[in-house]
Amino acid sequence: MTQSAPIPAAPPAIAFRGVVKVWPHAGGSVAALDDVDLQVPHGGITGVIGRSGAGKSTLLRLVNGLERASSGRVEVLGRDVTAARGRDLRDLRRDVGMIFQHFNLLANRTVRGNVALPLEVAGTPRGRIGARVNELIDLVGLGPLADRYPAQLSGGQKQRVGIARALATEPKVLLSDEATSALDPETTTSVLALLRNINRELGLTILLITHEMAVVRDICQHVAVIEAGKIVETGATYDIFAAPRHEVTRSFLSGVTGAALPGFIARRIVAQGAGPAILRITFAGDSAAEPVLSRIGSQLGVDASILSGTIEEIDGRPFGNLTVELPAADLGRVRDFLHAQDLRTEVLGHVG
Amino acid sequence: MSANLAALIWEATLQTLYMVAVSGVIGTAIGLPLGVFLATSKRGELMSSPLANRVLGLVVNAMRSVPFIILVVAIIPFTRLIAGTSIGTTAAIVPLTLAAAPFIARIVETAIRDVDGGLIEAARAMGATPGQIIRKVLVPEALPGIVLGLTLAMVSLIGYSAMVGAVGGEGLGDLGIRYGYQRFMPEVMLVVVIVLIVLVQAVQSTGEWIARRLDHRAAKDRGL
Repeated sequence: MTQSAPIPAAPPAIAFRGVVKVWPHAGGSVAALDDVDLQVPHGGITGVIGRSGAGKSTLLRLVNGLERASSGRVEVLGRDVTAARGRDLRDLRRDVGMIFQHFNLLANRTVRGNVALPLEVAGTPRGRIGARVNELIDLVGLGPLADRYPAQLSGGQKQRVGIARALATEPKVLLSDEATSALDPETTTSVLALLRNINRELGLTILLITHEMAVVRDICQHVAVIEAGKIVETGATYDIFAAPRHEVTRSFLSGVTGAALPGFIARRIVAQGAGPAILRITFAGDSAAEPVLSRIGSQLGVDASILSGTIEEIDGRPFGNLTVELPAADLGRVRDFLHAQDLRTEVLGHVG
Repeated sequence: MSANLAALIWEATLQTLYMVAVSGVIGTAIGLPLGVFLATSKRGELMSSPLANRVLGLVVNAMRSVPFIILVVAIIPFTRLIAGTSIGTTAAIVPLTLAAAPFIARIVETAIRDVDGGLIEAARAMGATPGQIIRKVLVPEALPGIVLGLTLAMVSLIGYSAMVGAVGGEGLGDLGIRYGYQRFMPEVMLVVVIVLIVLVQAVQSTGEWIARRLDHRAAKDRGL
């Protein structure tokens, strides 16, 4: 390589190239995935979010060959999954762990036995399985429960067993199939924290699918939005939250960013009118901590009343949303003032 | 009841146990792999071979359609080939086994089809071979159901074994017919029936106990 050549970007851990998946169907066929191109960077946590039936589950199953693409290529760690068969495919699968919404633990094996299964399958000598299993059970914080059966565990504990099992063969990629969708919010938080730790400490690439934007907000650095078999938007999580472009993305976001209007306002809102304007202000980065509202008051002499608002952290950076009501006559001035401070605004409508 | 009669009943009980145990063991040895194959060989399944699945399925159904007493008589040449004779207790094991194997195969098939498909997916995702999935996932997870099914098969075999008197097989059923019925000794018939009831109870309770010990699913997942 000559010195002037550009530094090649690190190859992605997972790459979908023009992937199409068609299901045969009575009287025709249904495209579950329609020309999907997606790159999952090494060492990060990437989320694919979509409604049920959008194709995210199929997408995930192409990565370890549980499903086969109808056309296109899927590459994992530089290897072509679409071409792998038999032993090659099984070897590849040992480098790709997977966890499931319903855990998929063997009911008649203990925690220890479940975690040992992938090692038995890989032909690890019996003598080495025991030590490795203990290590994994400690890693997920289930030491005292090692001899329990899954039926004696809570949902969160079962998912921890699933995670320990998925990590047994030291994979480089972890696939997560709605891993927290069957868990209560508190347990979800702790399981997500565990995934984040694993990602950091083991340098594991995680690709997860979910229908909950909160999961994306909490642990994903990158996100892809899938709708009707197509990737409609991709980017850094922060950027997507700050400036969603696609309608589907917005609808997912409205549930988690405090962007949804309270019903009593939403019912009165009209697109055009002379009534007070409803304005949404999005704070990103350093501006999230600034006293914008009081400045509107003191510098512009405009009284804005707060309708809803949140501030949270995404990918380590503050992010906020504020919805205010202000006189329609002042709308232009206020927006210019806010834009001058690098804040994004969106007029949601007027009170009818 | 004379000591002589007690000895007859004891001997007949042992003969019945012998026939049921041997045909049960051989029937399981044939029926278990057959059931596993039937449960995993439809199109798109783990050991996908639709043609073989259909053919074996038809054979199993055909065997199960034949009333046992007719099966006993119909396969006499085959029995002679296997057992060297077509008459007696040992010879009776051949038709008993042939009746048990397809029955057990269907029971095993049902138990294996009951295993959550998610477990197969998880095992495939680990890089397990079809053989490993069967040995390490499907059979162990289906084991409580298989044991209950085998219990059912043993109980049926005890019933079938009463018919093998037709080809000179001995045992409790034969004793009941020859003494209790043909020689008008109702007390023999009564004792035979009581011994059979006790045997069936013992087999059923033991089977259920073993299945319970093997089953670690939550109560709600057992359909209780």
